[in-house]
Amino acid sequence: MMGFLWFWLVAVMIVGYVVLDGFDLGVGILHLFLARTEFDRRTTLASIGPVWDGNEVWLLAGGGTLYFAFPLLYASAFSGFYLPLMIVLWLLILRGISVELRNHIDVGVWRSLLDGVFGLASALLAIFFGAALANVLRGVPLQDDGYFFLPLWTNWQTGAHPGILDWYTVIGGVVALVALTLHGALWLALKTSGDVGRRATRSAGPLTIQLAAVTLISLGATIHVRPASFDNYFNHPLTFIVPLGVFASLVGIGLFNRQGRPLAAFLSSCVYLFFMLAGACWGLYPVLLPATTGVERNITLSRALSGPHTLSVGLAWWTVGMALAIGYIVFVYSRFKGKVDLASADH
Amino acid sequence: MNAELIHRLHFAFTVTFHYLFPQLTMGLALLIVVLKSVALKTGSERWDRAARFWGRIFGINFVFGVVTGIPMEFQFGTNWARFSQLSGGVIGQPLAMEGVFSFFLESAFLGLFLYGEKRISQTMHWFSAFMVFVGSWISGFFIIVTDAWMQHPVAYDRLPNGQFEVLSFWQLLLNPWGLLQYMHNMTGAVITGSFVMAAVGAFYLLDGRKTEYAHIFLKVGIIAGLISSILIIFPTGDLHGKYVARNQPAAIAGMEGLYKTETGAGMVLIGQPNPETGEIDNPIVINDLLSFLIYGTTKAEVKGLDQIPHDQWPTALPLLYYAYHIMAGLGTWFLLLMVMAAFLLWRRRLYQTRLVLWALLLSFPLPYIANTAGWLTAELGRQPWLIYGLMRTSEGFSRTVSAGNGLFTLIGFMGLYTLLGLLFTVLIYREISNGPQSASTDAIAVHAH
Ligand code: HDD
Ligand code: HEM
Ligand code: HEM
Repeated sequence: MMGFLWFWLVAVMIVGYVVLDGFDLGVGILHLFLARTEFDRRTTLASIGPVWDGNEVWLLAGGGTLYFAFPLLYASAFSGFYLPLMIVLWLLILRGISVELRNHIDVGVWRSLLDGVFGLASALLAIFFGAALANVLRGVPLQDDGYFFLPLWTNWQTGAHPGILDWYTVIGGVVALVALTLHGALWLALKTSGDVGRRATRSAGPLTIQLAAVTLISLGATIHVRPASFDNYFNHPLTFIVPLGVFASLVGIGLFNRQGRPLAAFLSSCVYLFFMLAGACWGLYPVLLPATTGVERNITLSRALSGPHTLSVGLAWWTVGMALAIGYIVFVYSRFKGKVDLASADH
Repeated sequence: MNAELIHRLHFAFTVTFHYLFPQLTMGLALLIVVLKSVALKTGSERWDRAARFWGRIFGINFVFGVVTGIPMEFQFGTNWARFSQLSGGVIGQPLAMEGVFSFFLESAFLGLFLYGEKRISQTMHWFSAFMVFVGSWISGFFIIVTDAWMQHPVAYDRLPNGQFEVLSFWQLLLNPWGLLQYMHNMTGAVITGSFVMAAVGAFYLLDGRKTEYAHIFLKVGIIAGLISSILIIFPTGDLHGKYVARNQPAAIAGMEGLYKTETGAGMVLIGQPNPETGEIDNPIVINDLLSFLIYGTTKAEVKGLDQIPHDQWPTALPLLYYAYHIMAGLGTWFLLLMVMAAFLLWRRRLYQTRLVLWALLLSFPLPYIANTAGWLTAELGRQPWLIYGLMRTSEGFSRTVSAGNGLFTLIGFMGLYTLLGLLFTVLIYREISNGPQSASTDAIAVHAH
């Protein structure tokens, strides 16, 4: 029971992270293309300025929650994915620095440099996150003690001894890149007016079609690479609602965007991300990290779960803490609601 | 180079760099609340600008704290996997609480404090400054509770699979080691904040500009600096030292360079420990002082390293000894300087006494050194244990991550952090040389945006 609960609580934190930080990653990817003048750049960045740091906290809080609820998983996955995680950390550092400091620098060249770093780091992060999820879905070469170490790449094939990057995880990276770019475009359509807002709305159409295409490809690839991902669905046919939800939200994005209803389109994109991630989690459950070296080596829920007292104490403070956190988040978003208006902002 | 050493250096380097920023965050957060409160109470435009100026510096510093903090959270898993696997149920708890209870709060209200001034009332703006202060101090609390459990494990049990399990949540949070460490550490952060503020004030006065702001900075910096310089020694440093002596005898022996057990042990003020002979070279010693400081009587026996099995000696003895002496030595200097400065301030002679202003200006790096040295003392004194008495450092690092991979990322961090350090220095220097803006330049700034 506790296992089931914590599995989904961690999943909720991950979804929260992707839905929230996802749009500022997307804005980062897009701003070089959509915002051409200094004024436009400022407008674009002002749409995420007060919130991106808080969005990133979902990653930290989610990581922390994973750490105490499933210590074995945290230990095994973080040390096994050592190299890509370190690269992710460097990218997070560069990204945070570049977006925050551009306003403290008034030399054009340096600003352009920081804008470029911000865009590149955002794009690479989206790709890495998608590839990471694909690595978990594909499985890793776990040893008997529950540990593994993955090189960045081997022969680009899936199989017993894959690398971080193979053809399957690259597809995962592309899906994430397109999905978050679209998510960012819809956010900009919602939050900015003028040139940026118009261009964002216009780019969302083709992006939606591309996303639908890569989503389908990734579905096929997953069936090929780990057919067991679909066992849960066939055992509980009601859960086929998840792929339906993915499909419906894609249609929603396209339609609402065309109708000029940016809020509905953005929310559809949130729903898309939610169903994609929840669907992946459900495909894994109750495995947390599948082994390519034999199912008996899978890291399962029961194997990785913390002690009972830890979990019940954790549940008490987690509920209180997250309720408070959601309170602040709602408060901040409501303070900054409406379109960005640089003339009246004081930063 | 073996993997254990690389992983230790990896963690030590990244955390030492990280802590350069939060100490100023936590110290300044308190002082900004003070500035804002005066501004709100008196309606003084100047105090408000002073608060806004420090808010900008705070904002830059905060960003560096955030980006260097994120790697810390990950490194428990990446570099200390076996430690995390066994202890995650306990220390993962306060670490996750830090994220849930403080980072959300801090980031939300900092956004409001920095970006939202025009959108909220002045009271609300004061309140967001206050919440940023609360958030950063909660953050410090949880991380110290985490560290304290490694120094002094309490309220735990072991499951059949070897994992640690929390027995009492409140005992974990109210670990006496943690409370002492927290008081001492936060006082150290206030020292950093007030020395930096006073140094900027001294800089403006010596440079003959922005004098009206210089007076504010000196006043606030010196009063807070005096109070914290007293508190850091007594009671917090004193109590913390006594607790360490009772619970980690090997650490205190190493800190004091006490190779032989003594009754009426003396305190070495200066001298170099000589691991070959087990003696202190060129010692200047005050007789009986150590016994007195720890046990309250000059006759008490203090355990030396000779009574401790060799395989439980702290691994980097001379460094431990120097770190401790540097911290305590600087603490003495801080008290002297602040007493002198406060006296001159009270007699209204400070602003003309250039020698003391120079001393205040040049002393701003010293609290950083003292805080770093203090942490070195704590962490080196804990060795060879990762969890004191329960798990050795050699048992905790990630077996699957080779020395080569560890070295690669360590070098990567060193390069990146060098860059960050340079960037930080340039940006902060620029803010300080621009200084708090007067009304007219503010208006220009808004138009220029
Ligand atoms: C401005 C900074 C600063 C200053 C002036 C001092 N300290 Fe300190 N000290 C710290 C900043 C610090 C710290 C960085 O905050 C530490 C590291 C861990 C902790 O909680 O506090 C610390 C740790 C620390 C420890 C614990 C070591 C361990 O855990 O093994 C002791 C016994 C003292 N201090 C004692 C003192 C005494 C007697 C001082 C007298 C002058 C003193 N400190 C000045
Ligand atoms: C900012 C303050 C801190 C500094 C400067 C610091 C410094 C160090 C140093 C120098 C080491 C290496 C010790 C050695 O290998 O001999 C170390 C190790 C370590 N510290 Fe800290 N530390 C700080 C805070 C913390 C906190 C808050 C935690 C826990 C939450 C922590 C956990 C660890 C761990 C897990 C290691 C690696 C294992 C070990 O070598 O003991 N540190 N730290
Ligand atoms: C192993 C040790 C540590 C870990 C895992 C850690 C983790 C983090 C993380 C992830 C952040 C970024 C938060 C954000 O995104 O808003 C951060 C910032 C912060 N940390 Fe640390 N930290 C460590 C050591 C310390 C120590 C020793 C202190 C002080 C006692 C401290 C105090 C703070 C504070 C006050 C902040 C927020 C302000 C700022 O970023 O400057 N941290 N830390």
